Amino acid sequence: MINERFDVVVIGGGPAGLAAAVSAKQHGAESVLVLDRNSWLGGILPQCIHDGFGVEETGTSMTGPEYAENYIQKGMQQAIRFMTETMVLRFEKNLEIIAVNKKDIYTIRAGAIVLATGCREKTRWHALIPGTRPSGIYTAGVAQALINLYNIMPGKNIVILGSGDVGLIMARRLTLEDANVLAVAELLPYASGLPRNIVQCLDDYGIPLFLNHTITSIGGNERVEHVTIQQVDDQRIPIPGTEKQISCDTLLLSLGLIPENELAKRVGIEIDDRTGGPVVNQWLETTLPGVFACGNSLQVYDTVDMLAVDAKRAGGYAAIRVVQTHNTAIRKTKPHGVNVIAGASVRSVVPQEVNEGGIVRFTLRVQRPSNVAVLRVLSGSRELMKKKLPWINPVNLISVDVPIPEDVITSGKNIEVIISDH
Amino acid sequence: MVVLQQMKHFQVAIIGGGVIGSALAWNLSKYRINAVVFEAGTDVTSGTSKANSGVIHSGINSPPQSLKARFCVEGNTMFSTLTNELGVPLKRIGKFVIAKNDNEIKELERLRNIGLQNGVPGLKIVDGSEVKKKEQNVSCVAALWVPTAGIVLPYQLTIALAEHAAENGIKFLLKTTVNSLKQQHDNRFLIGTNRGAFQADVVVNAAGLNCRKIFSFIDKPDFQVYPCRGEYLVLDKNYGSLVTSMIYPVPVKELGVLGVHITPTIEGNILLGPSAEFIDDPEDKRTTREKMKTLLKEAKEIIPVLPENGVINAYSGIRCKLAPPESGGWMDFRIEESKQNPNLIHLLGIESPGLTAAPAIAKEVTTMISQHIKLEQKKNYKPKKVRRTRFSELSVEQQSILIKKDERWGRIICRCEHVTEAEVIEALSNPLGAQTLSAVKYRCRAGMGRCQGGFCTQHITRIMIEQFHMDVTKLKMHSPNSNLFTGNTRTDTNDK
Repeated sequence: MINERFDVVVIGGGPAGLAAAVSAKQHGAESVLVLDRNSWLGGILPQCIHDGFGVEETGTSMTGPEYAENYIQKGMQQAIRFMTETMVLRFEKNLEIIAVNKKDIYTIRAGAIVLATGCREKTRWHALIPGTRPSGIYTAGVAQALINLYNIMPGKNIVILGSGDVGLIMARRLTLEDANVLAVAELLPYASGLPRNIVQCLDDYGIPLFLNHTITSIGGNERVEHVTIQQVDDQRIPIPGTEKQISCDTLLLSLGLIPENELAKRVGIEIDDRTGGPVVNQWLETTLPGVFACGNSLQVYDTVDMLAVDAKRAGGYAAIRVVQTHNTAIRKTKPHGVNVIAGASVRSVVPQEVNEGGIVRFTLRVQRPSNVAVLRVLSGSRELMKKKLPWINPVNLISVDVPIPEDVITSGKNIEVIISDH
Repeated sequence: MVVLQQMKHFQVAIIGGGVIGSALAWNLSKYRINAVVFEAGTDVTSGTSKANSGVIHSGINSPPQSLKARFCVEGNTMFSTLTNELGVPLKRIGKFVIAKNDNEIKELERLRNIGLQNGVPGLKIVDGSEVKKKEQNVSCVAALWVPTAGIVLPYQLTIALAEHAAENGIKFLLKTTVNSLKQQHDNRFLIGTNRGAFQADVVVNAAGLNCRKIFSFIDKPDFQVYPCRGEYLVLDKNYGSLVTSMIYPVPVKELGVLGVHITPTIEGNILLGPSAEFIDDPEDKRTTREKMKTLLKEAKEIIPVLPENGVINAYSGIRCKLAPPESGGWMDFRIEESKQNPNLIHLLGIESPGLTAAPAIAKEVTTMISQHIKLEQKKNYKPKKVRRTRFSELSVEQQSILIKKDERWGRIICRCEHVTEAEVIEALSNPLGAQTLSAVKYRCRAGMGRCQGGFCTQHITRIMIEQFHMDVTKLKMHSPNSNLFTGNTRTDTNDK
């Protein structure tokens, strides 16, 4: 067994973990460790060989591997310690981490922990898709890893369920590798991926997108032989008589992502059902003091650029917390903090708590698309902010900086975030 | 394909590598005998034996004097020793059969009386508040407490039986389908398979759902098989504490089944099911939207706080019933010698409680075989199977020691279940030669967690290709034609 201590330990070396680690170092943490279970850094980025990364952040469009390399270089320069192929088995309330790699088991004591554990893909069973259980059913991310990292083709004739970005990107990727993408079915009346991906990945290749459709059966006992796609009504119930059987050998699932928080759950950190990530305050600190959360384990982001902004904040706050060893400023107002509620037409909002007055960055996801929308932040009947939004879509995470006066905190009243037409 | 110079001869040939065939093979492996198991699938436990509740039944559900009652009760008492020898976990967590109203209490009394007649110990009818003390999520007016009922992982048990038998000299031929069976003039059997012909002195028909097909090669069938599909839902381990014992409704009499019940598994998941639906095609193992809904609904009637979104998997298994739904779906096991030739032993209609009955049936059939073949104890029999080491079950100190001995213990392949590379390699090196993704899953649990293979599929694939030199186009998920991949994305030759 090996024992070590670090000021800040970042769990997960994907884009969020890298950004958090670099920021922690910049904010004064002396020793920063990044743990990742893959044999590489960058998380999912190395398999994202398409471009479009870093546009908002740097003004240049990079591929996933390029974007990751940028951060890895920064990390190297700052003498951040990286341990790959190292999996965190658990951590305790005293911030002691148990991790394993091919050398040994490690007990690592951390001044602060940043959770950047990413997310996992929803499987067939989240959508309870009935049918047989043949081979040839892959989540889009697995298919992407197989093709781009392992040089393996999962199939030839492909149907994709779900129009999330990974599914759309894979429709194009598979087509470029001579597979036939026969159809993309989406349960909702609108696509869940970014509009630019609909154009660049489906329209440009003539791949049909069936909105208001789902897959209601999978056929074939050994390998997938066919799937049945069926139209759904506005309650998302399949409409009898609209079944259409498509012969194929592969079903790709792009059903969405679930924040990966098994470590957090185990230690009793409170999870928000709406985001699937930990409940955090404005410093992105979870309900276990000293543990911060960022990236897709906090909430599923649309773009890596937006994710990195918050991840840097989390890393920075974690460092500040350690540096101000005797200073409990960050947490001192905690008992008087107020909850943030996702109100009308808002699906989720981060942070879920505000503990101190000041400018607080809120990120939120709306429930349905609309062309006219007004965002309001309320404390009881008091309006803290009102902002007209040009158009809204659940696909796009919205971020706003809200000035929160100190007396809002002392009032003890919940802060509510709502969306209305006017 | 193996070309046989001389036709291979066995003293005993068992057709079917389910729990019954494997239990018999295991029992026979204690003797000096030359025996083989023919299994059509890529692994043992490919059919009904892997897709059931994994319940070791007590014997309260089968009519007194029936073979089902006899072998169930006997099997139940054998299971503690059996699982100990095989190194597989058995948990006697007990079960409550719950009554929702006064009418159903009468049913509890009926079950208790059957149990008493069958010699089931410890049965007790308790009131709802008593149940609540043990199972806070379950509401009922009364329940029958059955302390001897337990759980195993059915696939793990069958694999352990088969592997231990193989380690003790029984031959297992996987991917081998029996296509014909004839009596030769010397009274031996000639067995035709897709892998050539074999001879055997004694043949045991343990073919499960295919028992009628094997039967009809020699005998004129006097029965039909009525496949009855049962669907299950598996809940995430996060909900594993919803119940601590098995919770059953009173049985559904019309279909000869036990009804949708809540069963904890050895690994900490919860099973909901099974449904009961008579189907035409015994291969039709699909799950259906209707039954998924029904399972959740009926399970919620037992546990109102059951989550809607906790399902991580669904599957179905097919019961081999010899009675149609019209006649109530119940018929006893048939364990009999062929009318044409006593050297052929038929095991017919082995459905629930077949898993529990397996060791007792194996013992009975061994006695039947001993009428034809002199069975001598083997001197070099290895009485205990070495249990597979599970990294996740070890202390940090033990884990550290293993990693220093072999770094493969320090590489986690399945992140949900914390399965290491060493365990995956050990699973792929099993004595049966089963090397599919499912064979790995059922041996070391890689791929069985909440992400259902999302992280580990590519890593297991890499191990198969790099360390076992398997061809990417020949990797299988479970069955002989369940290819995982079509090939490489790019090769040197098709690079443009």
